[in-house]
Amino acid sequence: MAAIGGRHPLGTSAALHRRRRIDRLMRGSATAAAILAVAILGIMIGTVVVNGASELSIAFLIKDPPGGSLVGVAGGGIANAIVGSALLVVVATAIALPVGVLIAVYLTEFSTPRTARPIRMALDLLNGLPTIVTGIFVFGLLVASHGQSGIAASVALAVVILPLITRTTQEILLLVPKELRDAAHALGVSRWRTIAGVVLPGALGGILTGVVLAVARAAGETAPLLLTDSIFSARTSINVFGAAIPNIPIDIFSYSESPFPAEHAKAWGAALVLIAMILLGNLTARAMLSRQRRRLGWMPTSQR
Amino acid sequence: MSRRENTALPREVVEIGVVAGGLRRMVDRMGDRVAFGAAALASLAAVALIALVIDRVVSGAMPSISRFGIGFLWQTTWNPSLSSGVRDSNVYGAGVLVYGTVVTSAIALVISVPLGVAIGVYLSLLSSGRLAGVVGPLVELLAAVPSVIVGLWGIVVLAPALHSTIDPALHAALGWLPIFGKPGTTGLGIFDAGVVLAIMVLPILAAITRDLFANVPRELKDGALALGATRWEMIRGVVLDSTRSGIVAATILGLARALGEAIAVTQTIGAGTAIHASLFASGDTLGSRIAEQFIGAVSKLQIASLFYCALILLVMEFLASIGAQLIAGRSVRVRGAVI
Repeated sequence: MAAIGGRHPLGTSAALHRRRRIDRLMRGSATAAAILAVAILGIMIGTVVVNGASELSIAFLIKDPPGGSLVGVAGGGIANAIVGSALLVVVATAIALPVGVLIAVYLTEFSTPRTARPIRMALDLLNGLPTIVTGIFVFGLLVASHGQSGIAASVALAVVILPLITRTTQEILLLVPKELRDAAHALGVSRWRTIAGVVLPGALGGILTGVVLAVARAAGETAPLLLTDSIFSARTSINVFGAAIPNIPIDIFSYSESPFPAEHAKAWGAALVLIAMILLGNLTARAMLSRQRRRLGWMPTSQR
Repeated sequence: MSRRENTALPREVVEIGVVAGGLRRMVDRMGDRVAFGAAALASLAAVALIALVIDRVVSGAMPSISRFGIGFLWQTTWNPSLSSGVRDSNVYGAGVLVYGTVVTSAIALVISVPLGVAIGVYLSLLSSGRLAGVVGPLVELLAAVPSVIVGLWGIVVLAPALHSTIDPALHAALGWLPIFGKPGTTGLGIFDAGVVLAIMVLPILAAITRDLFANVPRELKDGALALGATRWEMIRGVVLDSTRSGIVAATILGLARALGEAIAVTQTIGAGTAIHASLFASGDTLGSRIAEQFIGAVSKLQIASLFYCALILLVMEFLASIGAQLIAGRSVRVRGAVI
């Protein structure tokens, strides 16, 4: 390179200047990309808060919508959907949690590489399953023969969150120190007592974190509910085995497609309620997870 | 307890002790078996669940498969009308939807892959620990926003903003390409849906690439810097180069997410029925057609055709998942062999 030492024997060359300029440019672009992503999140949540706040009131939270032939009118609330969403999510978690924890226990405590592979693959495929396909599947499984119902929706949500619960549980089970298991074995404690008395209690916080994340995820899922639980009355209903149960995501979806401004306003109000619940859940889970990891001596990948 | 004390005990007590010990051993053996059995059964259920999903979707699609065959993939007629006077009544083909699915996902990747990789670089290599600790979780929170809310925001905020800024700019600069045709003043389209998908895929790519880059061995990065490389030259030459297959795998996972999204796309794509050259025109995707028409479907064949759409999505998803695993698995093996 002829430019080296062109102006001064030990000075910086034009080529180095160019390299440094490119370096600054690229680093600046990467920073700008991160700022853009955070800005999008900020604008999105800001829009929901600004538009939703004007609709939000105590009445909105504790009243049912004006039912019957009154379409597109203001007033009323989404109490039926809040109760329904909570119920659907609780039932879905009750179905997915034991299965998910058992799978994680199998993978960490019992499996050999050969038996683990098909299970991991099934979980990966379940995790990648488009939620609308999950909805179609549960429609074919339950709704086609029995009609829309809360239990069908809960089963669909359980399928969505099962891989999530399994993954977080497995991650935390792997963090339980091997020495604890070895110590239990050395004392002659049987395998199941080790799992029930040592491994699972040690991982309890992590499992709860996974549950909170799963609840936040299930609360916002719309596509599976569209096919399994979307034609419901304006009344609060708590019978999961009966007719379809009102829920928040479908409310937002149908209000957002409505031609009436009053219903658009309701969509924003419902979106604010939903996003507040989900962000709260995520922040709680994040705080729990970092505490749990500190306790078990986990270090972020960037410091390993 | 010493042996002498033990023998001093009345015979009955010793016998009870022996029986209790045996009982405990028996309970332990049973417990081990039950624990193993329950865990194995649950794992088997996960595998069976996938099989059940395939079975339900295929059997639901069967009437449409036997009626339209493989041509369903490219035929562009989708006519749920049942009146016999109409030409092609009750005939279905997913050509328009396959096109819309591929194009919206492509737009999403073109936007989100460079941005996602840049954010991954920023989070793993450029930001100081504390700042990354704030920005990282915020980017991940973006993934937690439900698609129905992203879609609502897309209708009300994003689409009008695009229509007044980016759309005309693209048309002015690249209007000679048919894909950047004259943007309409109102109405939603494929481009809006693609941008919404990009926003949904972005946090996935950022999170995966961040972990990927953070795991590049420190000695390699330090070595490049010690040889006089600038930070960017180190990132390009060492970090991006050594994680190339990982980035491809992350892209495929992002693609899988974009292909299958239904709700936010339904809200922003404008429910078109034909293939238009311009990206600013309306269109439809496999997932969003299911979301639009399933509940109001008028015939068994229409339902079966929507199941067929789900089957196409399922196959796309499986291919993506397996592809990502093959590529990522190979990169891990290669890296393990080198270092």
